[in-house]
Amino acid sequence: MSGLEIPTWDPETALLIGTILLEAIVLYVGYGGLERLFGPYLMKLLIGGEANAR
Amino acid sequence: MLDSLLSGGGILGTSPEMLALFVGFGLVVGVLFGFFGMGGSFLVTPALLMLDYPAPVAVGSGMAFVFGTAVIATLKHHDLGQVDYKLGVIMITGTTIGIEVGRASVYYLESMGLAGGVISVAYVVLLGGVGAIVTRDALKGDGGGGMDHEAADKDLDEYEIPEIAKKIQRTVRIPPMVTLRGDVRVSAWVITAVAFATGVLSGFLGVGGGFIRMPAMIYAIGVPVPVAVGTDLFEIVFSGGLGSYLYGQGGGVDLGIVAPLLFGSALGARIGSAATAVVDSDGIKIYFGGMLVIGAIAVGIGEIGSYIGNPTLELLGLVLVIGAAVVVAFAILYTTLASLRQTRRQGTTVTD
Repeated sequence: MSGLEIPTWDPETALLIGTILLEAIVLYVGYGGLERLFGPYLMKLLIGGEANAR
Repeated sequence: MLDSLLSGGGILGTSPEMLALFVGFGLVVGVLFGFFGMGGSFLVTPALLMLDYPAPVAVGSGMAFVFGTAVIATLKHHDLGQVDYKLGVIMITGTTIGIEVGRASVYYLESMGLAGGVISVAYVVLLGGVGAIVTRDALKGDGGGGMDHEAADKDLDEYEIPEIAKKIQRTVRIPPMVTLRGDVRVSAWVITAVAFATGVLSGFLGVGGGFIRMPAMIYAIGVPVPVAVGTDLFEIVFSGGLGSYLYGQGGGVDLGIVAPLLFGSALGARIGSAATAVVDSDGIKIYFGGMLVIGAIAVGIGEIGSYIGNPTLELLGLVLVIGAAVVVAFAILYTTLASLRQTRRQGTTVTD
């Protein structure tokens, strides 16, 4: 009646949610690495065009 | 378990076209999520429903996606020093209790056969109301709260606290008092009350609640906007994680949907979060308010369509919500690039 749901331990669901958590962390670290590698080049490409034209 | 991840309902079960669609849509939602600290649950779930996924899968996968995106965006805001963990922990307690009270109210209304109608009306009123307030503030250009992100070099304690928050801080001084980021000193009871009230609304409406909690943190507690965004995301990690787990137990989380959405949104959230430190967003506030108002209209149209049994109206409602999201995401990207180019030009002029 109250709608209160208390989660019970389920290894498969925990693995599924853990996989999503791991993917999120890997993507954060991975994109961070790519940003450090290609970020300056990309920024120059995106915002440096006008300045170069001058 | 691994078999189920890689077979039928898993990653390989999703066609390349759908994978590309999910990555693109994830990118749009990620930009909004990273920039505003909200916008996941009420965008992804309707889109999945529009693609004919069963409701539990749409809701469960939508929530799992919000959880993953919140993890990524929180990490980014943490790096920018925009998460107040003390505020987050106090709010999680109040919000959790509030959500349960909200859900209990739904069950009570359902027993009287009133749940659907009351929830839809409350959704339209709240979404439209918050949208109208934000848009009005932006049009007035008073810069007092809302989604006003300032330049990266501005200290958190330099943010202007809205008048209503100052009044609450002066009036309610029940101990224990808590000092938050940006040198905001407020009673823990005010935080708990705000968290509880927004939790009730969140549980009642069945949404993540960012669009309610964010303005509440800014206008009632007086937290600087970037901290409100970061702390809200931190809270969504917990509520989204728990919700995903509960839906996952019933088979409602499809990794074939969540993984590509997250792949796109991880990039989008990175761009959106970084944009908060670049964009002076008076203009964006108007888009944000407009998006909420359009969302309210879209829900209204969808409900009317559902009530009179007209699928075209239901589809129109969904297209409106998704279209507004795409437009606002592009507005953020455009404004960010324009700000960066302006900064660059100013730098060049000074050097000259």
